[in-house]
Amino acid sequence: MYPYYENEWGILPIEHNRRFNPGLNMATIRQAINETIERGIMRMPTPTRLRDLIRQIRAAKTQAEERAVVNRECAYIRSTFREEDSVWRCRNIAKLFYIHMLGYPAHFGQLECLKLIASPKFTDKRIGYLGAMLLLDERQDVHLLITNCLKNDLNSPTQFVVGLALCTLGAIASPEMARDLAGEIEKLMKSPNAYIRKKAVLCAFRIIRRVPELMEIFLPATRSLLNEKNHGILITGVTLITEMCENSPDTLNHFKKIVPNLVRILKNLILAGYSPEHDVSGVSDPFLQVKILRLLRILGRNDSESSEAMNDILAQVATNTETSKNVGNTILYETVLTIMDIKSEGGLRVLAVNILGRFLLNNDKNIRYIALHTLLKTVNVDISAVQRHRSTILECLKDPDVTIRKRAMELSFALVNAQNIRAMAKELLIFLEKADPEFKAQCSSSMVLSAERYAPTIRWHLDTLLSILIAAGNYVRDDVTSSTIQMISSSPSNEQAYIAVKFWEAIQETQDNQPLTQVGVWCIGESGDQMLYNSEQEFAGEKPDETAIIELYSKLLWSNQVNTVSKQYALVSLAKLSTRFKSGQNDIKDIIDTFGSHLNIDLQQRGVEFSQLFGQYSHLRESLLEKMPAMTINKINGTNSNGDTMEDELPRITVEKTINNIVKSNTDTLLDLLGNGDDIISPPIQTTLTTTAVPASNLLDLLGDIDISAPAMPIMNNNNNNIITSPVTMSILDDNENTKISESLFNMNGSGGAQTGNYNDLGLDFLSTPTTQTSAKITTAFDKNDLLITFATTRKSDYVEVVMTTTNNSLDTLEQYLFQAAVPKSFQLQMMSPTGSVLLPGGIVSQEMRVKSNSSSAVLRMKLRISFVCNGNPILEQAEVSNFPDV
Amino acid sequence: MMQFMLLFSRQGKLRLQKWYVAHADKVKKKITRELISTILARKPKMCSFLEYKESKIVYKRYASLYFCCAIEQEDNELLTLEIIHRYVELLDKYFGSVCELDIIFNFEKAYFILDELLVGGEIQETSKKNVLKAIAAQDVLQEDETPQGFFEDHGLG
Repeated sequence: MYPYYENEWGILPIEHNRRFNPGLNMATIRQAINETIERGIMRMPTPTRLRDLIRQIRAAKTQAEERAVVNRECAYIRSTFREEDSVWRCRNIAKLFYIHMLGYPAHFGQLECLKLIASPKFTDKRIGYLGAMLLLDERQDVHLLITNCLKNDLNSPTQFVVGLALCTLGAIASPEMARDLAGEIEKLMKSPNAYIRKKAVLCAFRIIRRVPELMEIFLPATRSLLNEKNHGILITGVTLITEMCENSPDTLNHFKKIVPNLVRILKNLILAGYSPEHDVSGVSDPFLQVKILRLLRILGRNDSESSEAMNDILAQVATNTETSKNVGNTILYETVLTIMDIKSEGGLRVLAVNILGRFLLNNDKNIRYIALHTLLKTVNVDISAVQRHRSTILECLKDPDVTIRKRAMELSFALVNAQNIRAMAKELLIFLEKADPEFKAQCSSSMVLSAERYAPTIRWHLDTLLSILIAAGNYVRDDVTSSTIQMISSSPSNEQAYIAVKFWEAIQETQDNQPLTQVGVWCIGESGDQMLYNSEQEFAGEKPDETAIIELYSKLLWSNQVNTVSKQYALVSLAKLSTRFKSGQNDIKDIIDTFGSHLNIDLQQRGVEFSQLFGQYSHLRESLLEKMPAMTINKINGTNSNGDTMEDELPRITVEKTINNIVKSNTDTLLDLLGNGDDIISPPIQTTLTTTAVPASNLLDLLGDIDISAPAMPIMNNNNNNIITSPVTMSILDDNENTKISESLFNMNGSGGAQTGNYNDLGLDFLSTPTTQTSAKITTAFDKNDLLITFATTRKSDYVEVVMTTTNNSLDTLEQYLFQAAVPKSFQLQMMSPTGSVLLPGGIVSQEMRVKSNSSSAVLRMKLRISFVCNGNPILEQAEVSNFPDV
Repeated sequence: MMQFMLLFSRQGKLRLQKWYVAHADKVKKKITRELISTILARKPKMCSFLEYKESKIVYKRYASLYFCCAIEQEDNELLTLEIIHRYVELLDKYFGSVCELDIIFNFEKAYFILDELLVGGEIQETSKKNVLKAIAAQDVLQEDETPQGFFEDHGLG
């Protein structure tokens, strides 16, 4: 099994060999006889041996057979537990571990494990502690019992018993256990016995991990650890100091003075000759080297003096390490991270990026992954250095390994700029076309962003957007659809006509690509006349006539492959075409009329309404269906919140209002209503119709009819946005337009992002207003990757109230959002429950925290840990906040 | 800090599990199941790293056994491969050219060896010799108190 078998390793000395039978002596024989007699009296059959049970279970041919063996044995084991059989407890428990590993329940062995631990025999303790680590979990009441056992064994004269207790504590320490045993561990950290000492140091590490406040008791015993020669103590010591430094900035400063010690240890490791004990393929103790390099990184971060002290040794490690084996690369990887993170010399940084460049060309997949991963981290530091490796990175997009592809994609997007956008977009489009569905959404959204930022020409931009829609198909997120429409609407009209032709050609090829269909019909609806009657337009194939286009619409509208949203787009677009086309109005009317009896209520309503525009109100049609005015582009990478056009997230307004006061501006509402059908973000409404000589009562009728027939919609979902948006919408209508209209009608027609987009913005304003109204001082705690966390700090009677508000400025929905905070020991932190755990794009979650100070002089700092799931990927961010206002 | 280590066979059978973070049994089972199926689905030429929830997964196959570790974001993936390798070396020296059956039948020994290499998910000893010495001494302690009688063997059997 093992490729690196070394022959020279001898077997253990005979007296230490566990397979060696020491033979018989009188004591053991007597004991065996006594125990056998004892068993005879108790009439207990000898239990199956552990290895025999394993054999039996392995011999089972079916799952059922295996279950039968396991059940029989479990029943037997339970019965021995009841009989308090202490002779075979150890064996029975060991069998239970095997059964547990197979996935069967074994919790009934927990208490028996404790009995084993309490036994004076080493074998019993060894198995008992193993069981404690395997079977107990944190929430068990038995933890209190085990804490007592641990306390006893930590004081045992036998080093191996102490070792077992330490090992167990290290694996399962709960906060309570940590508090109870911290004192014992601190004593053992000073033990002269290296075997015990190194384990105690790691226990201290775990204790601090669980209960950071306990750090201070360990501080005095920690410093001397670095003066030891023993590598076990050195490596555990470095691990402990690393944890302490990450725990508090004060401790970090305290340990700055050990930089020379660390440098010396590292230097000795590199320069010392071959030492067989710690050598791994020619590298001296890579485990220790890596740990030291990591600690140096933490100590040198943002500290020029410490960084200065380690420049030389880092250069030495970077140049002297052998790179033919994994060990060497391990150390180089850690060195590069350290060089890039501290305030190192320019030359050293060049060296580091060159190492990554070499990694990128390495045959080993693991090393290539590391290179991509690290380049992504350093891309902000030195983008031009990373640019040099662009072609290699693009090559990695084609790698069969999904882990590598993902990293390469992220890195590629980080490298896009105005100079290389054409070439990069070409490569990324090829990638997008072949990418797994899981990548398509993320990749297409990122491409839209890049294109928006760096597009050289409008035509190129439009072409790229079209290609993205074709390549990513139904996997694109809705923001891609809406931002594409925005982009087209704000282009010059000849470009609109150009892209309409392109879309026309694309739609004919495929019909089950919903986003493409939606954008396509929108384009044709808006600029169908220019597309057909502007002689400059060139068609790849035959130039279509009106009939061909209407035929396609009728196909789309009745196709099973086209979803309702796309049909909504198509219907509105068709209505618009009736004013663009020279003939064909009758065909269009026929199609629209058939929708008057469509099963889908929304489509039916559109059908009925548009039919009216062909009959009684045909004189209105021309002006109602005018071309959309150019939309103001909402930068989707900005801090806005639109772009999410999930249908079910529309604000549902339930309040019905009677129409009793129609003023002229109602026509705006109708216009807006028709605009909404286009599923776009409406610009501020242009009052183009107010001058039309329309009897207001007619409009009233039109609106009124529909209002009466429209059932009130219940509130569909309860997320924050909606609750907040509803009242805002109302007030806007009331205050700004002084109008009362049927809002349910308004609602009925809204199908796309129009409302969500605009009202979300309003909703955000609404939400932020009360926050600023209070005397709270607002500080930004975290602003990274489109995630903005602000703190509103207010002084209350005996505590400080900090309201955390997280805004999701990205285009992704963040799920399982969890905000955690920790404060120094001199403060007490109480966290209230958050308002939610899901952040829609533009969404907000807030959480109240109450901070009490134990001492007056202490300065408030906070460590933040933010975790969430984005596109199925878990993401963890950490930050430290110290800029609290003085309140 | 290592969060857990799993050993499983090519058939997807769990052979060893060591958890350094507290999870409910149900969660452990779910994680184990998901990782085993993901890793077994990967091709041999692919890289040894995966992203899983908040942690990085590092795995390596030795003969019929997969060794799989979950580490934290700041941890060094390549070093984790070295830790896995070190563990395999220790098993190999202890059992003498170890194979999957050794680990199945002597799983408790495999746990003992791991516990002498790592404590609380961090490496405690970088010398192979010291680890094996500690294990051997404890085995002796165990044997001394286990009488080898006429009638049957004691201990775990």
